[in-house]
Amino acid sequence: MTTTARPVQDRIESFPTERIAGYGVRPGRVLPFGASLVPSGVNFSVYSSCAQAVTLVLFKNSATTPFAELPFPEEFRIGAVWSMTVFDLEIEDLEYGYRVYGPSDPDAGDRFDPTQVLADPYAKAVSGRSVWGVEPDWTDPYPYRSRLTFDDFDWDGDQPLRLPAEDLVIYEAHVRGFTNDPSSAVAHPGTYAGLVEKIPYLKELGVNCIELMPVFEFDEFQGGRVDEDTGESLLNYWGYSTVSFFAPKAGFAATGRYALQRDEFKHMVKELHSAGIEVVLDVVFNHTAEGNQDGPMIHFRGLDNRVYYLLTGEGDYYNFSGTGNTVNCNSPVVRDYVLSCLRFWAAEYHVDGFRFDLAAILSRGPDGAPMENPPLIESLAYDPVLQDCLLIAEAWDAGGLYQVGSFPNYRRWSEWNGKYRDTARRFLKGDPGMVGDLAKRVVGSPDLYHGRGTHSSINFLTCHDGFTLADMVSYNDKHNEANGEGNRDGANDNNSWNGGVEGPTADPDVRGLRNRQLKNAMVLLLTSQGVPMILSGDEVGRSQQGNNNAYCHDSVLSWFDWSLVNENSELLRFVRNCIGFRLATPLLRTRHHPRGSDVNGYPDVSWHGSRAWDADWSEESRLLAVLRSGELADGEAGFLYIALNSHWAANLLELPALPAELRWHVFANTSVAAPDDVATPGLEPVLPDQGWITIGPRAALVLVGRRLTS
Amino acid sequence: MPFTASSVKDGTTALVTLDGELDAQTADAFREEIERAVGWESQRLILDMTNLSYLSSAGLRALVFARQKMADETQVVLVGVSDDVEQTIRLVGFHHSVTFSDRLPE
Repeated sequence: MTTTARPVQDRIESFPTERIAGYGVRPGRVLPFGASLVPSGVNFSVYSSCAQAVTLVLFKNSATTPFAELPFPEEFRIGAVWSMTVFDLEIEDLEYGYRVYGPSDPDAGDRFDPTQVLADPYAKAVSGRSVWGVEPDWTDPYPYRSRLTFDDFDWDGDQPLRLPAEDLVIYEAHVRGFTNDPSSAVAHPGTYAGLVEKIPYLKELGVNCIELMPVFEFDEFQGGRVDEDTGESLLNYWGYSTVSFFAPKAGFAATGRYALQRDEFKHMVKELHSAGIEVVLDVVFNHTAEGNQDGPMIHFRGLDNRVYYLLTGEGDYYNFSGTGNTVNCNSPVVRDYVLSCLRFWAAEYHVDGFRFDLAAILSRGPDGAPMENPPLIESLAYDPVLQDCLLIAEAWDAGGLYQVGSFPNYRRWSEWNGKYRDTARRFLKGDPGMVGDLAKRVVGSPDLYHGRGTHSSINFLTCHDGFTLADMVSYNDKHNEANGEGNRDGANDNNSWNGGVEGPTADPDVRGLRNRQLKNAMVLLLTSQGVPMILSGDEVGRSQQGNNNAYCHDSVLSWFDWSLVNENSELLRFVRNCIGFRLATPLLRTRHHPRGSDVNGYPDVSWHGSRAWDADWSEESRLLAVLRSGELADGEAGFLYIALNSHWAANLLELPALPAELRWHVFANTSVAAPDDVATPGLEPVLPDQGWITIGPRAALVLVGRRLTS
Repeated sequence: MPFTASSVKDGTTALVTLDGELDAQTADAFREEIERAVGWESQRLILDMTNLSYLSSAGLRALVFARQKMADETQVVLVGVSDDVEQTIRLVGFHHSVTFSDRLPE
């Protein structure tokens, strides 16, 4: 006879202690917050610092009116937490929310409204926008409905990849935009599953980290309007307006209609990991979709307005995000919420890192002022669950706080290096006086990140904000008329140059120049110390017709056009080879900034001009060459010589002399027509003249000094 | 059409036949049959879904339950799965854990 554990059904915690609205209930478990399955029942736990009463509201899936409302008994409350276990619910057919009773005193910051059904801030799945773009029922009193979730995904041994940060090549992409265009030829366009079908493309490109634009539940219809001139429906396409922080967007899932988005998302992470690609999520904690007092009431405003949001003395919403509200990130309760959210995504979804939108807001205190030692930033830096996660700060906000290089880092945080972007763009377009700054940027910006490691610097020329790379070399000015705001929106300091003609042109000289500039940009980005980030589509020259703020366009304007893979195969090959070269060449990924130390008789990094060992740092200089000494692909000691010329004239360069047994080989020369513009890494041809080389106008050159391969 | 699940042991194979609609209400009946098949410690579990008229997401999770309940070495074969259901299974990656078959294996 075998002994078995006492059946769960016999344990006292499985029995109700009373009945409310026809359902058996008992005092709930305070933790975990949110809704969780317990033996025979569902546990609901919600907190509010000053609510006077809370009612649990239950709906059948998609029903207009609730089938039951259960007030939480006062005696079930522990501190600010209202919790209750409810028995005999049909857990597969259930949506839940809360009515919260409290003072209505907006001047004091209290905006309780029990006529509203509020969502659970800890909801792990939301229904209401399960299929992208389907016109919702605008009369629905509860549009973003919290749902239960079930834990049964088989990770089959998957774990976060833990690639050293300095070895990453990041690719920023929008889940829907990546495959929604018919040219993608995927079975499920615009979805996590669609992205999985393009993993072979990503592998071949060589990127090893994909940064996904917002995937937390957001409402694509928020702020939606129809453009008067074109009739186009403008939506909240980018999604920087979070509705639900613990739930992946169902509308990005092919299986969203079956409420299987969590599984589909996990399957995507698992497949990316199998392909050696890390997953970083763009997360938006600086504001929520509730906006200011005129915006929708979703959860925080009706649960604990003055805890969650930065408010003035008169109860108005501070607006450091530019979107209506600002989350009170460093208040203790909100800090815990943010931390638990990130821990959840790291542990449950095996995410490898996070990029924090408008992160400067995360350093502001409850009074709105920047803090020297913001507890939230510190907590994240030291948290055990997040220890292997990449933490990337977009270290500015819309309230004038700019912290690139000064964001509280605890020797852990990385930053989007806005100065890299600005310096690189200005140099490439031919601005004078940029060579000194350029030198700092290519060695990982020690002026900003000294002592912290080069991986602190996320280098980029483009991202979702601003021009695509192709547009950066095709337009002097932004053209956002299609956004319906009279071209007033979007950045004006684009540091771009059109090469002589604004926009599309058939002029072969201008087109040739633009093509070369794209390659120059990629050489610069992929041979700089720091972590390079590429905007999805730049590798194939994607254009947004000069729109530098395409946040509202769910159309071909912002979708990846896969026909460019063939059309611009020359550029794609160039970028692919540069990525391969970077990943094969350890000395380009050195974690520490240059030390000026002796490496095989040469300084680790030295600067050159048209004469070797003699860089021209003058105001009018537009030429910079760097010699790096260190470890090459095969583990052998070797050298890299990278020259960048943004002058309109060619220049004859004296090459630094190599040790006797080594020879200069050409990896890349953007002045030369394809296929000789770039070599397969490891198969670079030897330079005929080892002493001199001409660099063309507006061109880049990458030489490798190594033994001759016989 | 009411849901029925019946199981039969055939050597080292457990065959569970499903009829009707597998959803939240009927998943329990399905799970009971799976528990029985687990008790037989079979090397192969065949789920005959040819006469399954409907499979909800709850039903899909019941299949995942079946997979996880069986020993890792046990082969799980799904017979007569509709195109829709097969597609959904592939989208969430569950297809790595099972084998699809058009007809009952010998």
